[in-house]
Amino acid sequence: MSYKLETAAHPENLKRVVIEPVTRVEGHGKVTLLLDENNRVHQARFHIVEFRGFEKFVQGRPFWEVPVMVQRLCGICPVSHNLAACKAMDMIIGATVTPAADKLRRLMHMGQILQSHALHFFYLSSPDLLFGFDSGMSKRNIAGIAEAYPDVARQGVVLRKYGQEVIRITTGKRVHGTGTIPGGVNKNLSREERDYLLKEINQIIALSQSAVELIKTIYSARTDFHNSFGSYRSSFMSLVRENGALDLYHGGLRAKDEFNQTIFDHVDYSRYWDYIHEEVKSWSYMKFPFVRSNGKKEGWYRVGPLARVNNCDFIPTVLADKERKIFQEFSGGNATHATLAYHWARMIEMLHAAEVIQELLDDNDLQSDDLLSSGERQLRGVGVIEAPRGTLIHHYRINEDEQIVRANLIVATTHNNQAMNEAIRQVALQYLDGQKITEGLLNYIEVAIRAFDPCLSCATHAIGKMPLEVELFDVGGVLIQRLVKDSNGRYRD
Amino acid sequence: MSQNKKIKLATCSLAGCFGCHMSLLDIDEKLFSLLEKIEFDRTPFTDIKHCGPCDIGIVEGGVSNSENVHVLKEFREHCKVLVAIGACAITGGVPALRNNIDLWECFQEIYLYEGGTEGNQMPNDPELPLPLDKVYPIYEVVKVDYFLPGCPPSADTILKFITDLIAGKEPGLSYDMLHYD
Repeated sequence: MSYKLETAAHPENLKRVVIEPVTRVEGHGKVTLLLDENNRVHQARFHIVEFRGFEKFVQGRPFWEVPVMVQRLCGICPVSHNLAACKAMDMIIGATVTPAADKLRRLMHMGQILQSHALHFFYLSSPDLLFGFDSGMSKRNIAGIAEAYPDVARQGVVLRKYGQEVIRITTGKRVHGTGTIPGGVNKNLSREERDYLLKEINQIIALSQSAVELIKTIYSARTDFHNSFGSYRSSFMSLVRENGALDLYHGGLRAKDEFNQTIFDHVDYSRYWDYIHEEVKSWSYMKFPFVRSNGKKEGWYRVGPLARVNNCDFIPTVLADKERKIFQEFSGGNATHATLAYHWARMIEMLHAAEVIQELLDDNDLQSDDLLSSGERQLRGVGVIEAPRGTLIHHYRINEDEQIVRANLIVATTHNNQAMNEAIRQVALQYLDGQKITEGLLNYIEVAIRAFDPCLSCATHAIGKMPLEVELFDVGGVLIQRLVKDSNGRYRD
Repeated sequence: MSQNKKIKLATCSLAGCFGCHMSLLDIDEKLFSLLEKIEFDRTPFTDIKHCGPCDIGIVEGGVSNSENVHVLKEFREHCKVLVAIGACAITGGVPALRNNIDLWECFQEIYLYEGGTEGNQMPNDPELPLPLDKVYPIYEVVKVDYFLPGCPPSADTILKFITDLIAGKEPGLSYDMLHYD
């Protein structure tokens, strides 16, 4: 693993090429390339350009209010943020969640995984995979897919819709619902609701199976290209169940290095900071996490579908585990490191989510009224979950008045920060170095970023120490506010 | 607006969460019939990086940094009708909860003092857009023609609104379609 291309030795005489904004991803990011007169790449960086400051402004709020605030980090995976925060609050109120509440939470989480994975594959990434990375820009979108591959577009819509319906029924709304509360959930699943969801589940499983077939067909049509595109070896981290099974809702942390050797395993996530720290770099608002025992430079890792499917010993549903074995055999029984294999792993997980939904819907516990619990109050809580994009960590401290005093969030996309930078540098060297830069070639860079399904809104922590002066004008061009930062970093009007 | 030519629609998310865009996609299969009448310009779903001349521009999220200001002005300049969608575009929303906090304290906490943070430096690079002192509703920066409330507005609300606009009608939303969650 190298940091080649992170920083050019002599940036002053190089040309700057920018991709801004990175599109077909959620949130705000841009890529800058520095090239010399022969178009040799000297620097490639993926910058996260947004700040929001959730960790600061939740301070002082009552802890029970925070799960519905922090889900506003992300409109694509609000259920994941709400769940991670509520798991932390479970600790704070000393609750051991009832079996019924645990299953209802898992049900809404599987709805979240299903809809997010379908959104990413069909609405956002399928144009690259079906038309080609440098195909005409005007058709590289869901409208282009609807025209050229109407069945694929419809498949994506139906899968996403079902996931959203699971979320609506368990949380009250498709986006920013409120099903989970500290200590449990606020409603069960009625028989009518169960029957409504059961009606389509067989079709959803079949459509998920066909999605796995689709990505396998695409991948194996150009195996060498897909294996090598923006690829490198790395460590992986994910939650796994006690018996080593894939578990997206709860478990211990497992990390393996690039040679598949265990770095740590079944770690109690409430002490995550003993294992993971984050480095700040000047050119991105997003931090760079690393495994402490491997150090800042070598300690970075990947999370998300690829990490999870590689890391687990098995997937506890029949069809998805069969696909996991095929996926593993494809790499000769080893972990798969290819960047574009993320898409394949993601579709295996989507199938798993559909299977788990079917299992849960058949469980009578979902009609139970035993939904809430509490115990001895504590002042600290950590909640960790595998969100669609990877390991999501929420950590809160409260005071005796039940107000938040500290918060730390490490979201999935943040873990992948170095990995995404590594991927674009690989692509820059493989395909752009020394070439005439075209729009199509620049999309190659974005294809590498999209493989990770980054959620850049989620990933935004807080403000940076920026230079200077900001001016705000009204519609008529009249200056209404000017802000200047002085040499001490203080802002003044 | 002409009935023969496709209506051009641009959308963007400023300081938002993309939840309003998710609600737009929640029209599900009706997306296909909508695509018979509209054509996407710059949106998070297309690779068009700058907004061209459009009939309708829909903006999610408030204004929190210099890049948001530039994008919003570009939308206003190119869109005949500009719509603020969702709580954040209309009021600043949850991100505006930072408005009472001193920025310097905020970034010291996040980048220097937060547990497990290393590097002893702040983000400070010309490639990073300047944050504004506060998160502003978009009407404080440009003229806005319509406001669609909700966190997010429902898919039905968004579809009815767009369909009315396409038909050249003044959008009419029933009471139950407007909510302020």
